[in-house]
Amino acid sequence: MADLLLHIIIPIAIFLFIAGFTLFAVYAERKIAGFVQDRLGPMETGKYGLIQTIADILKLIQKEFITPSAADKALFLTAPVIIFVAVFIGYSVVPWAPDFLPTNTNTGLFFILAIVSIDAIGILMAGWGSNNKYSLLGAIRAIAQMVSYEIPVGLSLISAIMITQTLNLNEIADLQGIHSPEIIYFMGFWDVTDIGGLFAWHIFQAPHLLVVYIIFFIATLAECNRAPFDIPEAESELIGGFHTEYGGIKFAFLFLAEYAMMFLVSILGVIIFLGGWNTPLPNIGSLRLADWTTGLGWGLFWTVSKSLLIVGIQMWVRWTLPRFRADQLMTLCWKILIPVAFVCMAISGLWRILVIV
Amino acid sequence: MVLKTTIQGFLTAVKGLLLTVRHLFAARKSRETIDIRDEKYFEKQEGVTTVQYPKEKMPIPEVGRYQLHVEIDDCIVCDLCAKACPVDCIAIESIKSPEAIGKTSDGSVKRLYAAQFDIDMAKCMYCGLCTVVCPTECITMTNQYDKSTSKLTDLIYGFTEMTTEEVAQRKEEWTRFQAEKEAAKKK
Repeated sequence: MADLLLHIIIPIAIFLFIAGFTLFAVYAERKIAGFVQDRLGPMETGKYGLIQTIADILKLIQKEFITPSAADKALFLTAPVIIFVAVFIGYSVVPWAPDFLPTNTNTGLFFILAIVSIDAIGILMAGWGSNNKYSLLGAIRAIAQMVSYEIPVGLSLISAIMITQTLNLNEIADLQGIHSPEIIYFMGFWDVTDIGGLFAWHIFQAPHLLVVYIIFFIATLAECNRAPFDIPEAESELIGGFHTEYGGIKFAFLFLAEYAMMFLVSILGVIIFLGGWNTPLPNIGSLRLADWTTGLGWGLFWTVSKSLLIVGIQMWVRWTLPRFRADQLMTLCWKILIPVAFVCMAISGLWRILVIV
Repeated sequence: MVLKTTIQGFLTAVKGLLLTVRHLFAARKSRETIDIRDEKYFEKQEGVTTVQYPKEKMPIPEVGRYQLHVEIDDCIVCDLCAKACPVDCIAIESIKSPEAIGKTSDGSVKRLYAAQFDIDMAKCMYCGLCTVVCPTECITMTNQYDKSTSKLTDLIYGFTEMTTEEVAQRKEEWTRFQAEKEAAKKK
């Protein structure tokens, strides 16, 4: 009985976290956009506009359900559910702190990759079901983009997996801190198993993993359909892309899915490359900073704060770079990211054989 | 070729990111309003530019070119402004007076009552020609610019201070005076 209750509480807790995060992230996004452009952002609703997003969501919830008469009703109605559920299920294997995760599976990373790609189907359903040329164009662009960028994401993750030798996200994170069951070498020559901290993170365990992380970051940005890779939405060309026809709570779910996806890829990058729940503070002699800042609470804090930092960088990038053209997008993916990712994969293989032994 | 554009792309992206992050942190303080004659006017590029309008206002010159104002005590009802107006937004109706009513502040003699002096600010195009032709400089443009209303007719500003009874009385006076004059002529 208690077990069943746990199975209900955990998804609700994660959902509440996602909803809270979305409210916060939309506010942060608008504030960052404002500050970058020398504006103030929302200021009127509440002190410094703090409850602006709550007012927004209340408005969305109250709205009428409108389905275009020419829309494919079944696809139109199920698309937001599929898009959100695809991202939501991805959270089921994400570790938040040492051994603090909904499901500890040995194929966690593979599971995330598999489940999150269902997102693309949901977007195509939304675009096709709307029976609107802009929506369909947006959906087609989204599919082309997401399918293409799945490859660099996959390759960059394979490069990391070749070093870790496990697909279990909990173990991957564990391999980057002071409690690691294996010996950790900083850049392959300096034993940092006892020192831990920043130096034990995967991006510093091998020099090419930093490049791999950059590839992963760029490709996941495209996976979330965020600027500068937002041609599926492209407000200025396609109105809203695949979600043009959506309103009210259905639109809220599409939005929720977008921000949930942002956080999911950020936390995934953090777990695989940036040390997961491990502290960035190293042990310096008798100053046991890493030992003091490791534990359940600290782990939760480090994971969330690192992920929020990455989300912040995603927003910063969004408000800096202009949108890619479709051909530039494909050039970046197929001619640059994929070859570099392949090279990194080869280096990973050699590194595993020659350096780690 | 691809390598070159890629490297260039990354370098310019980093340049752009540094620029935006500088603005992000500069947004901690607001840009202050400085005079355009100030030597450092164009050097001030950082800080928030937003003016939170109803709460704070930008300083504007006292002799702005916003809404029209008529100092009706100084008006001699010459109708020049209405004639000068390119969009005919000024409507003036005058009543003649048997004798001089008084003097304006610059010494011109007033001989007409303004029964109606309406300016339709919805039509006004802010050219300022009416203020140029006014002989007594009673019609001016002020620094008041917030004139949003919920009704379009609220934008028709009436400047006359005469009540309807007064208008009727003055008309009556003038017709009686005319009649008396006619009668005197006939004798």
